Amino acid sequence: MKNFLISGLLLMLATTLAYAGGYRVGAQGQRALAMGHAGVGVVNSAETAFFNPSGLVYLEERLTISAGITGVFSDVKWQNTSTGQFAETQQDPGTPFYFHAAYKVNEWLSLGLSVSTPYGSSVEWEKNWPGSHLVNDIELAAIYIQPLVSVKLSEHFSIGGGPIFVTGNVNFNRNANRTLTDEEGNRSNITIDDSGVTNTGWSASFMFTPVEELRIGFNYRSEILLNSEGGEATFSDFPNSTLTPQNGTTAFTATLPMPAELTIGFAYEMNEKWLFAFDYQRVYWEVYNSLDIDFASPNIPTSVNPRNYKNASSYRFGAQYLATENLSLRAGYYFDESPVQAMYFAPETPRNDANGYTAGLSLQVSEKFAIDASFLYLRFKEIDASYDFYTENGQNVPFAGTYKSSAFLPGIGVTYKL
Amino acid sequence: MKNYIKYLPVLAFGLIACEPEFDESIEDAEVYTAGEADFTNYVALGNSLTAGYADRALYIQGQENSYPNILAGQFALAGGGKFTQPLMADNLGGLTLNGTQIANNRLVLSSNAGQPVIPPLPLAGEPQTEVTNKLSGSFNNMGVPGAKSYHLLAPGYGSVAGVAVGQANPYFARFSSSETATVLGDALAQNPSFFSLWIGNNDILGYATSGGTGIDQTGNLDPSTYASNDITDPSVFASVYSQLIDGLTASASGGVVYNIPNITDIPFFTTVPNNALVLDAQTAANLTGFFQAVAGIFTQGLIQQGVPPAQAQALASQYAITFNEGPNRFIIDVPASQTNPLGFRQMQPEELLLITIDQSALAQGYGSVVLSPEVLQVLGLLQQGGTPSPQQAQLVLDAVSGIEDSDALDSQEIQKISAARTSYNASIQALAQANGLAFVDANLLLQDVAQGVSFPGGVITSDFVTGGGFSLDAVHLTPRGYALIANETLRAVNLTYGADLPEVKLGSYGTIYLSDNVN
Repeated sequence: MKNFLISGLLLMLATTLAYAGGYRVGAQGQRALAMGHAGVGVVNSAETAFFNPSGLVYLEERLTISAGITGVFSDVKWQNTSTGQFAETQQDPGTPFYFHAAYKVNEWLSLGLSVSTPYGSSVEWEKNWPGSHLVNDIELAAIYIQPLVSVKLSEHFSIGGGPIFVTGNVNFNRNANRTLTDEEGNRSNITIDDSGVTNTGWSASFMFTPVEELRIGFNYRSEILLNSEGGEATFSDFPNSTLTPQNGTTAFTATLPMPAELTIGFAYEMNEKWLFAFDYQRVYWEVYNSLDIDFASPNIPTSVNPRNYKNASSYRFGAQYLATENLSLRAGYYFDESPVQAMYFAPETPRNDANGYTAGLSLQVSEKFAIDASFLYLRFKEIDASYDFYTENGQNVPFAGTYKSSAFLPGIGVTYKL
Repeated sequence: MKNYIKYLPVLAFGLIACEPEFDESIEDAEVYTAGEADFTNYVALGNSLTAGYADRALYIQGQENSYPNILAGQFALAGGGKFTQPLMADNLGGLTLNGTQIANNRLVLSSNAGQPVIPPLPLAGEPQTEVTNKLSGSFNNMGVPGAKSYHLLAPGYGSVAGVAVGQANPYFARFSSSETATVLGDALAQNPSFFSLWIGNNDILGYATSGGTGIDQTGNLDPSTYASNDITDPSVFASVYSQLIDGLTASASGGVVYNIPNITDIPFFTTVPNNALVLDAQTAANLTGFFQAVAGIFTQGLIQQGVPPAQAQALASQYAITFNEGPNRFIIDVPASQTNPLGFRQMQPEELLLITIDQSALAQGYGSVVLSPEVLQVLGLLQQGGTPSPQQAQLVLDAVSGIEDSDALDSQEIQKISAARTSYNASIQALAQANGLAFVDANLLLQDVAQGVSFPGGVITSDFVTGGGFSLDAVHLTPRGYALIANETLRAVNLTYGADLPEVKLGSYGTIYLSDNVN
């Protein structure tokens, strides 16, 4: 009973973390996700490859594999009481996935591989909605491929890390401005599209195990800039006029940063049944200062879109309860601070501070094979916000309104141990 | 596993419950109120302005941005119902009658190598709106381009057969309920719960845009004898307006009426200034010399006819017009009279030129003097102290090229327009007050536009092409201009009926349209 009280208390403290601020999507392991996406101190499965590679060396089996997929069902509503306008994003589920594997070479060395999609965003507003001059729809996805090595330096201390290879895609459509149409009344719009944008980074981590029940973890992933250089910008539904850009395509360049992130935390195994975890994460969003789209055509001015993100923290709490030998139950909470500052609330990533509530379970189907399920409910407070840096005729024209969002992320995965 | 499946519906329910909800949702009608007004069936009556006419045509995009349609969008936030409009078949805007085109396509601003081309030209294409293709059903927007006040009560105004013989209106013919229907009758048949009425503009506008070539019918109480360029008698207007209000208020919970703006706030009359005769010092001196010659010739002529010299000089002195370096007012033709026997004079400060005036002719001397070599020869002769022959003298007098009546509004014509308009507006305001209706001072609003109305992202002015308030025909409004009318209406409705309705964003409404697909 006492244990239940403690776990309840932790749950209340921990209210959520998985779907994080900006375009960070926290869904890189169903077991961790079910525990508030806390995992820097947890050694449980190959998910450790993502959360703290230095912990891989503590996995007991020779080969461990975790793989899974999550459906992101997010819903954003917008309204503006000074004009009576309202809009809602379409249900267009994103599907972040992960594949993590660890291979134990010997007692002090493990190798690993992690493939995941920690950054991505999919927002689709109704075409030509009142904020269509900022975004109609956007789809971002970055796949992280991380070969990893984990070395046990002593009984109490291990290190891990490796390079990160990123490949990203972007597709972003918005209207040229608030009013321009072609002869048939279709709104003039621009789509930028690029895929296979690559770059590299690195990660480093350590794990400190002062006593058997307590693991303290640290993990850092470096900043990676995705420089889009081979993409295509398509101008559509512009009128046939030499006073406006011509319909057709032109090349563009743009840079989208995947910010560095640092996580520290711990996991405490209270007894055979109960495990508690806490992560503190800092994401260095400050690098995302402005989204500048430079078109190759000399007649089209560079599109400058100030973002001015700030570094943001999240606090993640999770608990695991071994109900039976084959069934683990998990729950968690996280608080996720938004990197978006006042006056920079752009509807392409309409994220304010979020509370995430998570739960999940693992069912050990056989000795080697387990099914992992998790779900996350992300709750955002209703917020009055504006993006003030869209300009027309040299004047800033704020796009303001009230936003209310929520997201539901059910996920399923498997864990295989040999 | 089966055991878990039975929980799936619970999960699905959870998903639905997760949908975000505002504390006060606009979509769920939790924010705005209609007050004492009932917007369930809003019917709009009026002319081209109500129809959403712009760029010298009625076309779909213009109709979608008509002020009644913008209003209906806001009314819908507080119980307003569906708002239907007799949409044209395309975005070209031209009309055909039995396959023959009877109305031009809309005007667009074309360009050449990144520079706009003035004047605007009609958009190319075969218009698909055929007058004889009768639309079925009734329409909330009963705005009929071209309608004058008394037309709304005229049976047969929507007769298809009448269009061909010029006795009916092609726009109303498309959707009138019968060959003998009236606009008011078709409006009342819909049992409007709320109405708007903006009528009377064309009762003076036809006269004004024709340069005052029509007749001021003040005193003639029979509108069936009026021609299209005439001014409607103010008593006829008052009586018609009163009948319209009586009919509409019978069923409606309320309504809104608009007065008639001054033509001097419309770019059709303000784009070409009356002092656009810009001269250098030499040309100004030459013109002054020319008109001294005219006065001299005329004085001599009078003296020869036996007029005492002092009297002759006094009468002729009006023609010794002086010109200065810089802008000068044009010369205008007036009816020849005893006090002005030659029938021309310099324009007065308040007089107006129409935007349709031939600009290249102005550059060639229209509005001042067309100096041919022969005329210059006579002037040379005069300068040397010679006496021109009667033929030569006539040559000089004929060289004066005053602006014709149909290209200008002189002060008398402006006075007639103003008198009628003031009287119409007094009737409108009195009837609005007597019936407790919302009232929009469109006259004041367009005066403000002439001064410039700021909004986030720009300023609306009445400057032609660039101002954003008026469409390319220089008379009708742009979508942004109609949005301004809608906002003023919403303020008036909120005030009169205790409603709480939000205004629209002017910057979200477009202005003029660009295209190089022109004829």
